[in-house]
Amino acid sequence: MASTIRIPTPLRKLTNDQETIGVESDTVGGAIEELEGKFPGIKERLVDEEGEIRRFVNVYVNEEDIRFLENQDTPLKDGDDVSIIPAIAGG
Amino acid sequence: MNKDSGFMKALKCRECGREYPLEATHVCEFDFGPLEVAYDYDKIKKTLTKDALSERPQTMWRFRELLPIAGEPTVGTGVGYTPLIKADRLAKWLGIREAWVKNDAVNYPTLSFKDRVVSVALSRARELGFTTVACASTGNLANSVAANAASAGMDSFVFIPADLEKGKILNSLIYGARVVGIRGHYDEVNRLCAEIAGKYGWAFVNVNMRPYYAEGSKSMAFEIAEQLNWKLPQHTVVPMASGSLLTKIHKGYQELIKLGLANDTQPTVHGAQATGCSPISAAFKEGKDFFKPVKPNTIAKSLAIGTPADGFYALKVMKETGGASDDVSDDEIRDAMKALAECEGIFTETAGGVTVGSAKKLIASGKIPAEDSVVLCVTGNGLKTLDAVQGHVGKPDEIKPSLREFEALIESDSKIKTK
Repeated sequence: MASTIRIPTPLRKLTNDQETIGVESDTVGGAIEELEGKFPGIKERLVDEEGEIRRFVNVYVNEEDIRFLENQDTPLKDGDDVSIIPAIAGG
Repeated sequence: MNKDSGFMKALKCRECGREYPLEATHVCEFDFGPLEVAYDYDKIKKTLTKDALSERPQTMWRFRELLPIAGEPTVGTGVGYTPLIKADRLAKWLGIREAWVKNDAVNYPTLSFKDRVVSVALSRARELGFTTVACASTGNLANSVAANAASAGMDSFVFIPADLEKGKILNSLIYGARVVGIRGHYDEVNRLCAEIAGKYGWAFVNVNMRPYYAEGSKSMAFEIAEQLNWKLPQHTVVPMASGSLLTKIHKGYQELIKLGLANDTQPTVHGAQATGCSPISAAFKEGKDFFKPVKPNTIAKSLAIGTPADGFYALKVMKETGGASDDVSDDEIRDAMKALAECEGIFTETAGGVTVGSAKKLIASGKIPAEDSVVLCVTGNGLKTLDAVQGHVGKPDEIKPSLREFEALIESDSKIKTK
């Protein structure tokens, strides 16, 4: 069971420039913990002191914003793609 | 300070204040907060004076010190200084003592306020050595990037939702831009562009060039203030998509106060949205300082951003300045577009209908007092969104080339004045 997390440019210093990381967890929240285990310090970039996803961080599972799903409880299954993307300006 | 940075000092995270060099980067590496340009206001104060302004050309670049480029502008040098019109007939329709329309429907060259942000972004992109520019767009930005890139001899890629108004698509293709239609809404286009921007070495005006790009919006506030003879308006109503324009208009007013160019009465800033995509307005009405993302469904496609990046800051500005927010349905948008056209002879796109319609609601509810004065920011041109009003503005009468038929037509309508 593995899903893929795509790491945005600002965080690649922490992942030794790896663009994608495979994770085994079955929820988004679990995947963030798993990332922290592999790359200490990455969690605080994504999650605030209250444990919520930071307000300028958007997380998508297979192109869907997790705020339309179950936030950090959103389930992950084999082959899922997780994107972490900073909020962007209008157009 | 680097001598090559003009009046800029650094890029600074709006959340934590960490500073970054003046490069093509937009996000704080620590908390993903947006980066904003920090200026040397003491230096600006020395050259940006009313005397100096009286000698400068009537474009947005007369406020060059407060726009984030190092040297002189090289792209979009003729942009801005659109008319500010005293709208007496519209004021009656709105139910307010005095109304002004800042008419960016006739901004040069692509008929929307986006020419302001694009001329800054492309001038800065050139300074940083880019030759290809790109954007994620709901249409107006794409038009402006395509046109301004063409005139500067730069290559451009524009990414848009595939279901945009035909006029806006043609308005990008004509300039030779590479147009990529994404089968999805703007937030999905945006997400994809964030990933593309991380992979290709292009200047994405609203991704890696965003700190510079967004500052261009301030010029609308500078012009309004100068056109009102440096008296800041009591109320300004601004359409909100990402919320960026609203926060930058506020910032523009504050900078003029800081530099002593405008009076220090605090102007109130109000935000307008389409009900079919109103995450910021909904949060404001519920008294929240955060918003819930939505899936847009509105004719105001240029405002259809369900995950507004500057939503938090827009909410903060409205709260701090004593402003408010309201939103209007598709029918109310069309009614307001018609009202602006019939009262002032200005044909705005749907976003302008959102601004005018929401202003009427804010006045009716007393959020903008009827005895006050209001400036409405009209940001785009109606010729680009003809689809939205097709079938809603009547049809022409059709007759044979015969005087008798014309007389019959006139007699059938008792409202027509024959003298």
